[in-house]
Amino acid sequence: MSTATSVFAVEGLRCAGCISKLEGGLATLPGVTSARVNFTTRRVSIAHDPALDDDSLKLAVERLGFVAEQFHGDLAPPEDAETRRLLKALGVAGFAAMNIMLLSVSVWSGAQGTTRTLFHWLSALIALPAVAYAGRPFFASAFAALRQGATNMDVPISIGVVLTVAVSLFETIVGGEYAYFDGATMLLFFLLAGRFLDSAMRARASDSVAALLRQSAPGGHVIGPDGTTQWRAAAELAPGMRLLVAAGEAFAADAVVEAGQSNVDRALITGENLPVPVAPGGAVLAGTINLDAPLTVKITAAVADSVIADIARMMATATQSKSRYVRIADRAARLYAPAVHSLAALSFVGWMLAGAGWHEALLIAVAVLIITCPCALGLAVPIAQVVASGALMRQGVLIKDGSALERLAAADIVLVDKTGTVTLGRPVPMGVLPLSDAEKPVALALAQVSRHPLARALAAALTAQAVAPATIGDVAEAPGLGVSATVDGVPARLGRPDWVGGDAAGDTLMTAFRRGDGPLRLLPFHDGLRPDAAAALARLRSLGLSVAMISGDRPAAVAAVAGPLGLAATSELQPGDKLAHIEALQARGQHVLMVGDGLNDGPALKAAWVSMAPASASDVGKTAADLVFMGDRLLPVAQAVLAARRTMAVVRQNFILAIGYNVLAVPLAIAGQVTPLVAAIAMSGSSLIVVANALRLRTAAR
Amino acid sequence: MIGLAILIPVALLLGLAGLAAFFWAIRSHQFDDLDGAALRILNDDGPKEPPAP
Repeated sequence: MSTATSVFAVEGLRCAGCISKLEGGLATLPGVTSARVNFTTRRVSIAHDPALDDDSLKLAVERLGFVAEQFHGDLAPPEDAETRRLLKALGVAGFAAMNIMLLSVSVWSGAQGTTRTLFHWLSALIALPAVAYAGRPFFASAFAALRQGATNMDVPISIGVVLTVAVSLFETIVGGEYAYFDGATMLLFFLLAGRFLDSAMRARASDSVAALLRQSAPGGHVIGPDGTTQWRAAAELAPGMRLLVAAGEAFAADAVVEAGQSNVDRALITGENLPVPVAPGGAVLAGTINLDAPLTVKITAAVADSVIADIARMMATATQSKSRYVRIADRAARLYAPAVHSLAALSFVGWMLAGAGWHEALLIAVAVLIITCPCALGLAVPIAQVVASGALMRQGVLIKDGSALERLAAADIVLVDKTGTVTLGRPVPMGVLPLSDAEKPVALALAQVSRHPLARALAAALTAQAVAPATIGDVAEAPGLGVSATVDGVPARLGRPDWVGGDAAGDTLMTAFRRGDGPLRLLPFHDGLRPDAAAALARLRSLGLSVAMISGDRPAAVAAVAGPLGLAATSELQPGDKLAHIEALQARGQHVLMVGDGLNDGPALKAAWVSMAPASASDVGKTAADLVFMGDRLLPVAQAVLAARRTMAVVRQNFILAIGYNVLAVPLAIAGQVTPLVAAIAMSGSSLIVVANALRLRTAAR
Repeated sequence: MIGLAILIPVALLLGLAGLAAFFWAIRSHQFDDLDGAALRILNDDGPKEPPAP
C-alpha cells in the first residue's frame, strides 16, 4: 500500500503523556500507518493512506485535545543537511581537540627532547586531517567572501587557523619548543559549536514566492466549443476561455462569472472572511475558492497577469531590501579583522626591528593571531540567540530567520492587520450556542457535511464541546442556502435563517437550525478578537512602540475593531497600498514590525524591517514572516519584542567581554609571553564566560 | 617507551571508535529529537507491544 506523509505543527505538547496520547490516538485511526512526534520541533509526522485527507487528520489531532497547523513541504529542509554537516565537523574537531590536549598536557608538564618531538608529531598527525575536515565551513565561506572583495568573520578565522597550523608544523619539523595544534583545533571546536547552534536554531527561510504560486489552483476545467470539458494546466489558460468551476474548487485565473450563482471565499486575497455572493457579471480572482455551486466563468486575465501573480512579483522585489541587512557579527568582523591583522603584522615588524630573529618574530605574530582569533566573538551572537529562541519557542514563538531577533530588537513601530491578526480570523459563536443537548449531535452532523465557513465554525465549536455527531440520512446541500437531512425519520435543516423557516435573511454571519417541528434556533457568529488583544497592544505600547492598524477591509468593519482598542487605523488598503505605506514609513528611518496573516499581507510582511505571522496564517503569510507565533493569543508578539531586546543586550555584553579579554591578552602576546598553555586557558576561559552570560536568557520570554 | 608505542595507538583507536559511533548516531537521526527522547523513556507501553490478553 502506498502511503502519504503529512506533517503538522502541534501546540499543547508538554509531557511524555502527550506524546503517547497523540501517537497512540492517531495510530488507532483507520488509514493511519504510523505517527511519530518530534518533541523538539513540536511536530508530528503521520504516514497515512493517501485517501485520508489532511483536513480529517487535523480534525483527528484536535479531537485528541491538541491544536494542529499543517506544515507544508518541510520534510527535508536544506538546512537540515547543513546542520548535519556542521555536527559532523564539530565531532571531528572535538575528537581532535581532546586527543591533542592529552598529548599537550604532557608537553606542558615538561616533556623534553625526543618525547616532545614525538608528541608534536602525533599532534600534527591528528590535527592536519581534522583541521582540513572541520575547517571547511570556514575556509569555504572566507574564500567566497574574499572573491567578492568583502570580508567576514571567517576571514580572520581561516587565516588564523591556517597560519597557526603551518607554523606549528614548521616548529615540529625543526624540533622547536612550542606547537599550537591544540589551540587551532580547540578554536575550531568552539567556533563550530557556535555555527552549529546558529544553524540548528534557524528553521527554513523558505522561498515564499514558490509557496504563493502553489496556493493558486494548478489548473481548471476548460469548456470546449462542443460543450465537453477538459482539464488544462494554469499556464495554458488564456483570456477568453470558459471554465467550469465546481463547488469547493479554486479559480485558476481572474475571471468574470457567466452563469451560476454562488458564494466565493476571498479570504486569501482580501483577508475578509465573509463569503462574497457572486452572480453572472461578477468578477472572481485567481486563488479564491468557489464555495456553494458550480459556476461557468470566462477568463479575463492570463495567470501571469492575475492579482496573485502581481502579489508574487511585489514580494520578490520587496525581499531585496531585507537581504541587504548585515548581521551584527559580520559588522563586528568588518572592524575586527583589519585591526587584528595589522596588529599581528605590526608585532612581527616590531620584533624584527627590535633585533629578534625572524623565527621568533613570526612565532610571536602567530601567538597574537591565535589569542585574538574571535573565538568568544564567534560564540557571542549565536549562543545568545539560541538560548533566547529556545525560551521563545516554549512560549509558542518560532524564529525562522537567523537575523530576526537582531532586527526585532530595533523595531519602533508596529503595524497590525485586522482579520486573523488582531481578530481570530475565523467565525466563532457569539455567546453560548442556543442548542439543547439533544439537538447538538444533529447540528454537528449537518455542519460536518458543508464546506461553508459558518458550518465549519459550528462543527469546530461543537467538537470542542465533545459532542459526537448523530447518524443522518438523506443528506442534501442546497447551494447558497444550507444543508438538510433526516434523523430518525425527522427532517432537520441547517442554513440561512429564511430557508430554515425564519422570516428575515438577517446578517450574513447568522445561521439557523431546526429539527422537525422544534423551535427555530438562530446561531449568531462573529469574528472574535484574540482574547488578549487589548493586553498585548498595551504591553507593546509600554515597550515604547507605537501601534497602528492597516487593513484591506471596509472602514466600518475596521473601526469596529480598532476603535475599542484605541488604534489608529487605515482601511481599504490593497496589497500594494500596504507595501507603499510601509516603505514610506521606512524611508523616514522607522523600523516597522509588521504583524499580518493573509496573502494580501505578503508583500508588506516581506518589505517590513521585521515581520510576524500567526500560525493560522496563509502559507504565504507564514513563509514571508520572520517569526511565527502559535495559538489564539496575541501576547507572544510583545514577548518576542521583549526577548529580542534582552538578547541584544546580552549580545552586546558578550562583545564587551570578548573584547575585554583581548585587551588583557594581546599585550601579553605582543610581549612574547603567550605559550600554548596560556593560549589554551585564555581561549576556553573566555568562551565559557560568554556561554554562561548567554544562559541568563533562559527566562527572557516571560 | 615500549609502553607508549602500544598505548598511544590504542588510545587513538578508541577515540576513533567513539568518533565513528558519533557519525553513526548522526546518520541514524538520533539527534533529531533530543527533548522527545528524554521524555519517551517515561512511557511504559511500547507502541508495538501486543495488547495484554
